[in-house]
Amino acid sequence: MRQWIEKQRYIIDFTISSLLRRKVKNFGLLALYTLIVFMLASTMFFTYSIKKEASLILKDTPEIIVQKIVAGRHDLFPVSYIDTLKKIRGVAAVESRLWGYYYDGLVSANYTLLVPPANGDTSGKSRPSAKTTVVVSESGGQQADKSKPLFELGGAVLEPGTLITGNGIARLRDIGKDDYMPFRAFDGSVLNLRIAGALSSQSELVSSDLLLITAEDFRKLFGIDNRYVTDVTVAVNNPSEVEMVASKIRKALPEARPISRVEILRTYDSIFNWRGGMMIVIFSAAVLAFVIFAWDKASGLSAGERREIGILKAVGWETSDVIQMKFWEGAVVSLTAFFTGVILAYVHVFFTGSIVFEPALKGWSSLYPNFELTPFVNLEQLTTLFFLTVVPYTVATIVPIWRAATIDPDSAMRFTGE
Amino acid sequence: MRYSSLFFLYITGGLVLLVLLLVHASFSESARQPVLEEKAALVKMLKLTDLCLFTEARYTRNLSQADLGTAFQDHPMSLEHFPSGSFTQPPESIRKFP
Repeated sequence: MRQWIEKQRYIIDFTISSLLRRKVKNFGLLALYTLIVFMLASTMFFTYSIKKEASLILKDTPEIIVQKIVAGRHDLFPVSYIDTLKKIRGVAAVESRLWGYYYDGLVSANYTLLVPPANGDTSGKSRPSAKTTVVVSESGGQQADKSKPLFELGGAVLEPGTLITGNGIARLRDIGKDDYMPFRAFDGSVLNLRIAGALSSQSELVSSDLLLITAEDFRKLFGIDNRYVTDVTVAVNNPSEVEMVASKIRKALPEARPISRVEILRTYDSIFNWRGGMMIVIFSAAVLAFVIFAWDKASGLSAGERREIGILKAVGWETSDVIQMKFWEGAVVSLTAFFTGVILAYVHVFFTGSIVFEPALKGWSSLYPNFELTPFVNLEQLTTLFFLTVVPYTVATIVPIWRAATIDPDSAMRFTGE
Repeated sequence: MRYSSLFFLYITGGLVLLVLLLVHASFSESARQPVLEEKAALVKMLKLTDLCLFTEARYTRNLSQADLGTAFQDHPMSLEHFPSGSFTQPPESIRKFP
């Protein structure tokens, strides 16, 4: 065994010396190979972590959202429809939502304006009772007690004339508590709202562009009267009946589009899917690079390499020794590229905030969340990556060598010119 | 030092570093649990439906709420053209619309 190990070490010594004789070619190959592994590993770490994080964060999103669709477009939802939803068997609670988008020309950014629900329950324990109870929030047109603040978040009290900003907006506009933010209303008038507080920076992945305002200000800003809301959320008595209730909603309100929690989660499960435009570009570039590597190896050896094999065989190397040498050549290049690429990818995604992907992810938006991904990395991902990158290259190196290693040393050495 | 020793030293170092990164991932996962719970609580409290990943267009900001007019948002021949559209798929619910 010791003898075998020593022999392998001599072969590795020789292989690395041989690789170093063609420095430019082999370092170039190593750099390109490392880059491919880095891109693949970064993509894998980023997409897996964001999908996993989305599934954990969005697990308590509303069970069903009901929108009204007119000519294929999202339309305002009439409050009168809520009565129809109430009557559907299995519905536990119906709550309206008021939200929309506002384009701020000053910084060329889109904000999401949202009216927080009247009951800001965060405990997660108060599931509606089994019998049908209908909750229509203040945003649904019900009169609220004017003496009480409408919403409180981390000490910031939301009242008419005030708003709570997402951290991304505060950063972009360089504004903070007690500053004023002007908005141009639907009729051209200017609405000046005071900032009562900001959402935490930790929650930027869900709240970076959020502006929480009262229903009164929302309606004043967009000119939406009390008979309409943006959409409604429906809570269901039995979670296993969500699909059934959704189909009943479709039947009762043919122009309504129910979106279930499962569908929301599936939407984020398919984000950054390998079939998506940018992802297929990355994957096809990697596959193409591997095909070129394999083609280069499979299409035969250079004259220099062929002569080297001839000399080795002439001085007494066996065919199996030559194959072992080529195996180690493939292993040295691919393992070095694999470890370097994977370690750099981890640092890139979880320590530098995916700095390479950032311009592509930002796209044309000027408001982009600053978020730190939780590293959801496991052995399975690393194994997949290993079999995707190291194995194909090593195999592609050995196969053509079999042919070259069996040739006559005399004819190999006579072959001149590179 | 022999080349083979250098090579095995590098591979061992890489392997140790990879194991350390896996340990780091595992510790970070537990350490960041409260942050994840805070985000989940905010989603539940405000009845949010989407991640704030792409703010450049309304249908990319709220991916799951995108409507059927997305592809023709500006005029009938204006196909989807925002860069973030290349990372995303149409929402699941659109494919089920009757």
